[in-house]
Amino acid sequence: MKHTISVLVENEFGVLTRVAGLFSGRGFNIESLSVAPPLDPSVSRMTIVTRGDDRILEQINKQLNKLIDTIKVTDFTGQDYVEREMALVKVTAEEEARAEVLRIVDIFRAKVVDVTPRSYTLEVTGAPTKLDAVIDLLRPMGIKELVRSGPVVMGRGQ
Amino acid sequence: MKKTGSQILLECLQQEGVDTVFGYPGGTVINIYHDMVDYPIHHILTRHEQAAVHAADGYARTTGKVGVAIATSGPGATNTVTGIATAYMDSVPMVIITGQVPTPLIGNDAFQEVDIIGITRSITKHNYLVQDIKDLARIVKQAFYIARTGRPGPVLIDLPKDIQVASAKFVYPEKVELRGYKPTYSGNVRQMEKAARMILAARKPVLYVGGGATGADASADLLAFAEMTQAPVTTTLMGMAAFPQRHPQALGMLGMHGTYYANMAVTNADLLIAVGARFDDRVTGKIASFAPHAKIIHIDIDPTSIKKNVRVDLPIVGDLKDVLNKLSAALSEEREELATMVDGSAGWRAEIAAWKSSHPMAYQASDSVIKPQYVIEQLRELTADDAIITTEVGQHQMWTAQFFAFSQPRTFCSSGGLGTMGYGLPAAVGAQAAFPERQVIDISGDGSFQMNSQELATLVQYKLPVKIAILNNNYLGMVRQWQEMFFDRRYSQTPMELPIDFVKLAEAYGATGFCATRPEEVSEVIRKALATPGPVLMEFKVDREENVMPMVPAGAAINEMVLAS
Ligand SMILES: Cc1ncc(C[n+]2csc(CCOP(=O)(O)OP(=O)(O)O)c2C)c(N)n1
Ligand SMILES: [Mg+2]
Repeated sequence: MKHTISVLVENEFGVLTRVAGLFSGRGFNIESLSVAPPLDPSVSRMTIVTRGDDRILEQINKQLNKLIDTIKVTDFTGQDYVEREMALVKVTAEEEARAEVLRIVDIFRAKVVDVTPRSYTLEVTGAPTKLDAVIDLLRPMGIKELVRSGPVVMGRGQ
Repeated sequence: MKKTGSQILLECLQQEGVDTVFGYPGGTVINIYHDMVDYPIHHILTRHEQAAVHAADGYARTTGKVGVAIATSGPGATNTVTGIATAYMDSVPMVIITGQVPTPLIGNDAFQEVDIIGITRSITKHNYLVQDIKDLARIVKQAFYIARTGRPGPVLIDLPKDIQVASAKFVYPEKVELRGYKPTYSGNVRQMEKAARMILAARKPVLYVGGGATGADASADLLAFAEMTQAPVTTTLMGMAAFPQRHPQALGMLGMHGTYYANMAVTNADLLIAVGARFDDRVTGKIASFAPHAKIIHIDIDPTSIKKNVRVDLPIVGDLKDVLNKLSAALSEEREELATMVDGSAGWRAEIAAWKSSHPMAYQASDSVIKPQYVIEQLRELTADDAIITTEVGQHQMWTAQFFAFSQPRTFCSSGGLGTMGYGLPAAVGAQAAFPERQVIDISGDGSFQMNSQELATLVQYKLPVKIAILNNNYLGMVRQWQEMFFDRRYSQTPMELPIDFVKLAEAYGATGFCATRPEEVSEVIRKALATPGPVLMEFKVDREENVMPMVPAGAAINEMVLAS
């Protein structure tokens, strides 16, 4: 099962490698990882999407907590949370296909951020499932390049 | 007044009460060595950085204090790796200080530069690259704190040369502030209540004790708890000396080379209480058949150990001393139920006694050839109760665990988790440096001994009266045993073809050497060695193809033991 885990760590030298090394060293899987400092520059926030059964997730959680630099680990699975991801998609757009791409842009409230006579570059944000849907629709037209940020998450409410 | 980085480091060591360090100099630690002369710190120069780390490890395991080792950058640092991994696997509190090239050169493939932080990340509890002299005192303070608290472990500090030379005001922080590191010491009250109920309901309880009991200095608490419940006690290699092995409740070691009765007890138990143990695969054998009828209570300071390998019915995270004491207190309040439980498990004790008498730990005695087990028994008989035993890795290590019958905590140093050949001699250096008056004996194999035999020089130079007992079978015996049992007796690369004159080797270093070739010479050689001042090497030419028995083949259930070869 897929889990989205948010890890608050000390913004120390090498902390990213510690976390990434923990996953590779113990054979845990990382589907995506995004890192950036939040308000407080002394810490860093990592959002990790991983997969595993309950036993593996329990170990991931405990092993992350065991790192000296880890301040807090939150597994958002089963909680009420907002999840957003961004994708940049460079899609082939020639002749009548140009209008079709723009229709998709409109429907999914994406943005055109770069235009050439033969392509559009789109910025799409939303839940990862929405990104999947947009990409599926664009795929037949010819995706030249795709970059996804990996999701970031935040609990709802207070 | 300002101090240099190397002086600040030495001040910090003093503040931490460090009196002995083990190490080896080189270009990027030369400043530390220069300033060390002005400090009341006893430095022991080993002959290899790996040995310096093992010596610090032996010092730490026998004293319970943090062991300290120093090495230079590059090859000095990489030579520490096996020592660090050994300590990490066995949860030994240590601080390792490595020199590093000056900060402006880091990343440039400078002379003797290696990324030791990257290399040791997965074998240290934590590690630090000091980037600013202002952080140095705080980092050293944190390193010692992290090394000795919670589940202990090695911490490495990589100290670039320019920071050793820079100067700053020395202020040793009073407190450690680590918002991400707060070990749980006090067991959860509700969990302990549940544990007490489970214990009172048990009729076939077994205590399974690991190295955590030593780490927590919980031997006395363990003994009290064990006697109160009358539960039999089996120990891992790491837990061996935490429980007196001649106690009537002692079952000896469990697992691959465990006793018949320990493995049978675990297999038939209705309650297994794991105390500071981690269900290593050498202990459990086939997981699915491990303690199949037992509910499992797992007490450990490290939450990651719990439910890592086996299902656990009741986890308790906390300091073993605290948890065992509170459990004992809870049980003693239920006087009647406890008596019912103890009476109710009389049948269990009888069952175990029957296994003990039908399959005792034994070997085929001989009066023509020296049996290795006999040497261990003789060492046990002729040494003091507080003698410290270190071992290398192989058959001799298992025979030591099976036949030495340890009686006091922190008297046994052996590489359990990593299984590092070459550990025992340098560990003995550390133990003897910590306890100059006690008997320290390295029980060794002919193969392992040659992995760090250069440490004979350290023994002689520092007048460390370590006694070495080499059980010489002219084989990498443990591997040969596997080849015999599982690989058609094809002894590929396990005979030690070149016979070494170990007595002469000892003498070349200025130590004393004795050799026994016949059984009747064994006790005489041991007596002579113990009576000889200074380091002594004893060589016992033992039965070459003796096997360690019982043995659970890899992947089998622990009750499927091969009993004799
Ligand atoms: C550094 C290292 N290399 C290899 C091994 C694999 N190994 C385990 S036991 C053993 C044989 C040890 O031989 P010896 O020290 O003579 O002890 P014996 O088994 O003969 O008592 C070997 C090679 C190891 N444990 N450690
Ligand atoms: Mg041998």
